[in-house]
Amino acid sequence: MTTTATAPKAGKAPKAPKAPSSDRSRAENRLAFKLVAPAIALMLLVTAFPMLRALYLSLFSYSLTSPDDREFVGLANYATALSDGLFWRDTGNTVMIMIVTVIFELVIGFAFAMVMHKVIFARGVIRTSILIPYGVITVVSGFAWQFAFSNTNGFVNSWLPFVGDDFNWFAERNSSLIAIMASEIWKTTPFMSLLLLAGLAQVSEDMLEAAKVDGATWWQRLYKVILPNMRAAIMVAVLFRALDAYRIFDNIFVMTAGANGTESISFLTYRQVIEQFQLGIGSALSVLLFLSVLVVAFVIVKLFKVNLADARQEG
Amino acid sequence: MKTDVKSRIGTAIGCALILIWCLLPVAWIISLSFKSQEAVTVGSPGFFPSKGGGAGWQNYQDVLADDQFRRAIFNSIGISLIATLLSVILATLAAYAIARLEFSGKKFVLTTALVIAMFPVVSLVGPLFDMWRTFGIYDTWPGLIIPYMSFTLPLAIWTLSAFFREIPWEMEQAAQVDGATSWQAFRKVIVPLAAPGVFTAAILTFFFAWNDFVFGISLTSTENARPIPAALSFFVGADPFNRPASLLAAGAVVATVPIVVLVLFFQRKIVAGLTAGAVKG
Repeated sequence: MTTTATAPKAGKAPKAPKAPSSDRSRAENRLAFKLVAPAIALMLLVTAFPMLRALYLSLFSYSLTSPDDREFVGLANYATALSDGLFWRDTGNTVMIMIVTVIFELVIGFAFAMVMHKVIFARGVIRTSILIPYGVITVVSGFAWQFAFSNTNGFVNSWLPFVGDDFNWFAERNSSLIAIMASEIWKTTPFMSLLLLAGLAQVSEDMLEAAKVDGATWWQRLYKVILPNMRAAIMVAVLFRALDAYRIFDNIFVMTAGANGTESISFLTYRQVIEQFQLGIGSALSVLLFLSVLVVAFVIVKLFKVNLADARQEG
Repeated sequence: MKTDVKSRIGTAIGCALILIWCLLPVAWIISLSFKSQEAVTVGSPGFFPSKGGGAGWQNYQDVLADDQFRRAIFNSIGISLIATLLSVILATLAAYAIARLEFSGKKFVLTTALVIAMFPVVSLVGPLFDMWRTFGIYDTWPGLIIPYMSFTLPLAIWTLSAFFREIPWEMEQAAQVDGATSWQAFRKVIVPLAAPGVFTAAILTFFFAWNDFVFGISLTSTENARPIPAALSFFVGADPFNRPASLLAAGAVVATVPIVVLVLFFQRKIVAGLTAGAVKG
């Protein structure tokens, strides 16, 4: 990354001489604000403003079924949520799904990227097909996999040798979660592999050739040359996919509707707010969900030392 | 020589695996959509419709004859197109400023976009549900268009600013030397050059809007604005274990067709757009 970091800046170089002219730079500043303002306003209207409102509502006992009984309860909603086993069970599910799916996606996605990097013949066909899972609606993917795993109308049981033909995947928690994760992994691996492919393209062929000449084995070349050189791409892909997986909702809604303890934290929040109209406790859960995403992002960034500016090449 | 052959065989096997991975579930849902509803009720395990268990085009005819389903397709197309159009316009303005102008809030804009791209959408559903009812846009098109715009803006801004950095800006300066203002240079010189990038951002934005489920089920209550993913999930009531599988599969195939068509035509642009923001070389 560092070698290419300067390239995009080249386009900006001619700007430097303009800096001293304060009139001009002030006009530029004003124009920039005008151009950026609508987008920023809209993004904040639908995120920051409702989030603040959630923060406020979370301090009340407030149900839409009896809106007049709204009552200030301080942090009681948070105490209720955090002392409830459901919250921790669902957070556990979510974290588990996130870790397992991201690991599978990373490994399979990397293998796919390696193949796509090598393939010359039929490149267009491969790239077109890899985009199809990405384009398929998550709900449709959920249906496809739910029916595939179904013991009355699916094919998975008859194809898998170690599963009985009438095994019901959706009768208990672990097998339900496997089905949910299968759908999630199927749909998002292609996206991962495209990000990794872009990173792979940045690994210098000369360096690989040199390693080969020096007698490095395939594994050595992978671990010592390829992976370290596409670190930034891997980290960005992991960060994006992990945070996306943490929001998992569609697949669970379609495939199990949270039955048998397969709820995610997003699903719990949705259920409180939309199905049970509990805006007070639901808002507290919303705030907790938001905070937990921040924690996850922070942990990943710190753990893997992701430098987003490096990947984005922005100062 | 030997390793060369080996690696070529490996690549070929890899390609086959990728194709199976990508196309098998799609083939499955298409195959399912041709199973007859009677066969599915009794139970018809296996990948292909059993003998006598095929339905021909019957499921497709049924699903397209369904008013709620037709209405949902109409909603999805309308809402996604409007959201895409507006989002891309706003994102183009913002991305131009980010790629081209020096201003003090640049970092703030980029950080905001990044945070919003990763925002847990479900956490907004409660307050938005409440707000939209107060504003009277609950269960309407604008009620979905507005959140779709906000959540596609980061992706669009991201993609577009990456594209805009590749544009030969000397041409803009040439225009300015000839007496054009910043705004004129933007409108007359840069917009035509930027069109391909804008188009890519539009496709990705459309994908997002078409795929959305959380807002679709939370901010609608009738077929007035319910988009297709939500309509599919509500197709037969609440029992998730007893759905008319083949009919749903037909609906799912219909909902997927527009996306597949876009992918087939614009594969190159989509790949460029998806990776432009994340890993720039």
